[in-house]
Amino acid sequence: MMETATSCTPMKPKDYKSGVKPVWCPGCGDFSVLMALTKALAEMRLAAEQVALISGIGCSSRLPAYLNVYGFHSVHGRALPVATGLKIARPDLTVLAAGGDGDGFSIGGNHFMHSCRRNVDITYIVMDNQVYGMTKGQASPTTDPDWDHSKLTPGGTKVNPYYPLVIALASGANFIARASSSDPNGAAKVIVDAIRHPGFSFVHILSPCITFRPEQRDWKKMVRPAPVEATSNPVTAAHRLMTDDNFFLGTLYKGNRPPYQPDLTPVIDDLSSIEKDFEL
Amino acid sequence: MATIPQTGIKPSISIAILGSGGSGVMTTGSLLLDVAGRAGWYGMMTRSAGPQIRGGEAAALLRLSPQPTETHKDHFDVLLALDWLNADRFVSEVDLNAQSLVIGDEGKVMPGAIAGLSGNHFELPLSGTAKSIKGGRINMVALGALAAMIGLTLEDVIKVLTQSLQRKGPEAINASISGIQAGSHIVDSLPALPTIGAAQATGRNRWSITGNEATGLGAIRGGIRFVAAYPITPATEVLEWMAPTLQKVGGVLVQAEDELASINHLIGSSFGGTPSMTATSGPGLSLMTESIGLAVASETPLVIVDVMRGGPSTGIPTKSEQSDLNIALYGLHGDAPHLVVAPNSVGDCVFTTQWATHLAETLQTACIMLSDQFMGQTRAIIDRPADIAFVSGGRQLASKPDVYFRYAVNDSGISPMSLPGTPDGQYTGDGLEHSPSGTPSSRADDHIQQLDKRKRKLDQFNYGDHWALTEGSGEMAVITWGSSTGAVQEALATLRAQGQEVRLVSLRLLSPIQPERLQRALQGVRRILVVEQCHGAQFYHYLRAFYQLPGVVKSMAIPGPLMIKPSDIYHELQSWESV
Repeated sequence: MMETATSCTPMKPKDYKSGVKPVWCPGCGDFSVLMALTKALAEMRLAAEQVALISGIGCSSRLPAYLNVYGFHSVHGRALPVATGLKIARPDLTVLAAGGDGDGFSIGGNHFMHSCRRNVDITYIVMDNQVYGMTKGQASPTTDPDWDHSKLTPGGTKVNPYYPLVIALASGANFIARASSSDPNGAAKVIVDAIRHPGFSFVHILSPCITFRPEQRDWKKMVRPAPVEATSNPVTAAHRLMTDDNFFLGTLYKGNRPPYQPDLTPVIDDLSSIEKDFEL
Repeated sequence: MATIPQTGIKPSISIAILGSGGSGVMTTGSLLLDVAGRAGWYGMMTRSAGPQIRGGEAAALLRLSPQPTETHKDHFDVLLALDWLNADRFVSEVDLNAQSLVIGDEGKVMPGAIAGLSGNHFELPLSGTAKSIKGGRINMVALGALAAMIGLTLEDVIKVLTQSLQRKGPEAINASISGIQAGSHIVDSLPALPTIGAAQATGRNRWSITGNEATGLGAIRGGIRFVAAYPITPATEVLEWMAPTLQKVGGVLVQAEDELASINHLIGSSFGGTPSMTATSGPGLSLMTESIGLAVASETPLVIVDVMRGGPSTGIPTKSEQSDLNIALYGLHGDAPHLVVAPNSVGDCVFTTQWATHLAETLQTACIMLSDQFMGQTRAIIDRPADIAFVSGGRQLASKPDVYFRYAVNDSGISPMSLPGTPDGQYTGDGLEHSPSGTPSSRADDHIQQLDKRKRKLDQFNYGDHWALTEGSGEMAVITWGSSTGAVQEALATLRAQGQEVRLVSLRLLSPIQPERLQRALQGVRRILVVEQCHGAQFYHYLRAFYQLPGVVKSMAIPGPLMIKPSDIYHELQSWESV
């Protein structure tokens, strides 16, 4: 991305906070993601008014109100189309999209696929807790088939979970990484890399829901850095992503596809040549 | 059924050209319309086709007149078939009378359904003549024949043809010219058509344009620079015209993965400060409604053009109907005041789309514009539509404020918008109910304040004379909207020519309602006919719900796919009068 939008003065993470108190439960992983994001913005010294954060609906989608960048809290599943429209119309801005696994992979699943394919220069952060928290604990597309704690799916969903990183790669995302809310510094570093990398960057963050999935507290013991550097070879990446156990952290794939950005320079000054086509 | 007297009202010639797919029906029709336009006539051409993607049957339906015309009359003076394959499909669309000339190719058997219609039947050696010319095509022979029948000069035909076939090279042009010349000589045996009066000199101010192109132009004139859309019949031509045009003016058209994406792309681009629009039809509008509500709640300007087609569901994609009024007015959940406007003619698509953009931008909300298949896909010869420069156009932008409240509550209800990039103007746009600062809020006082504000800004705005097209006087009135207006105007002109005073009110602004204005327009009226192309009388019920209508009110609600005829309206009014 363009690095022109930097602030003159050094920024601190707290400079990016709005002061609005989050609605999240105490212990929610999303607090760490908020912290990681403000650290990343501070490290990049981005002027707050040059950044826009777009979200959909869900616990994690409340994020924009907690930052003092430009924000848009849209409707369920539509963060990516809103972010895409904004970035295409305003390529000068740093555009981020954020949300949860239900918002991004279920109701917004088609947009996820097509945003990867379109490869607009935006960074998409998904806080995955494998559950719908805001509606009080239903299964999401990333929930294991035998998780039987929801009244909506007695005995479990019996449906295999969705592998977002694999889908992202197959659909053409240009940057794929995984981070964990248990390591906000590591997450901040990944977010900086993602924003800097041109095209559509997908950052999958394991962010436990301690209210409806208390067992996810153990995630912090299970995560570990990926043993290899990021690859730019999609075949290698496919093999790694298909065989990883969802707990390897770090940047896993960095592609080199040019981003989609139409040229918005006018070539005519007035409409007379256009209107002439209608003359008899 | 009473028929409209021809003389003294709108003299015109109507021609139906039929043929199987690939026979060149549409080319013949378009060229004939352009030649007539150059010669100084006004005119229109509608297309009719079967459901096949390619092939099947096609009909080009033309009407030419020395006066502006945007509605078909009761009957066609000429039906010319390049071939008769499946021509019987068009029987319901092509009415003939005893004087109509029905012309087929020599030696080809006319289908029973056509043979049973009234009119004088003739055969012309269309394919025979085409075969006698190297590279000759039957549709060019037909073009020559039709041009000669209605008195267009060979020079004019050749001039238009040469220009439009330029890309096909000299060989194709010469073969076509030979076909046209030969075609002009085979019509001597036919009876003369009624004369419709002299064509008028055109100058440089006459245009040939479709409603869908006019919609695109109005949008560009209004400042739209971002379009996101998903292809859908019959709105696609709006997009096809806009995509290359936007590139010239520094804008862009994004083909989205679906309508959910396209409407939300607009929210993003408009949030960023770019005037934004989409074009769709009923099914697409249904998919978009959730985020149109988001635009209303977050006060994000956008224009949604719905080129209506027969519904519900997939319905009749290639035919017109005015039955999306209800979803446009009431489709959003919650109390979501927004703008709904409708153009009343092909030329008015330019103005109304420009106006829709102006209103959406000024009032920071969603504006749905209801065009339809008939208006959108009709090509008409019209006077160049004036470019209305709106004085107060554009958004009210926030200057650098000390403390910025995006949804500040004020008298006008319009709170200045801050664009991303503006220091100290940061806010979060939200579909959640919010406080004036934009912070999510479920408090009762915030909800009522924001509801009031979003309604107030629409109610208090001065829409001026643009709210409706009003014509005439008298104690009888017709209230209508959209593409039904043309047929109503022609029926009323007939009545007026017979000495009957009658008023027209065609609503361009459907939401917010304008009760005082309509009351003034209907002062002294005792009988009202409400005309719409809709089975459920949606417009009639809307008027009944929101307006005090004086006197006796009758509903004339006829569904598509056939257009309401001027004579149907004329008959309705005349028989009402004589009671």
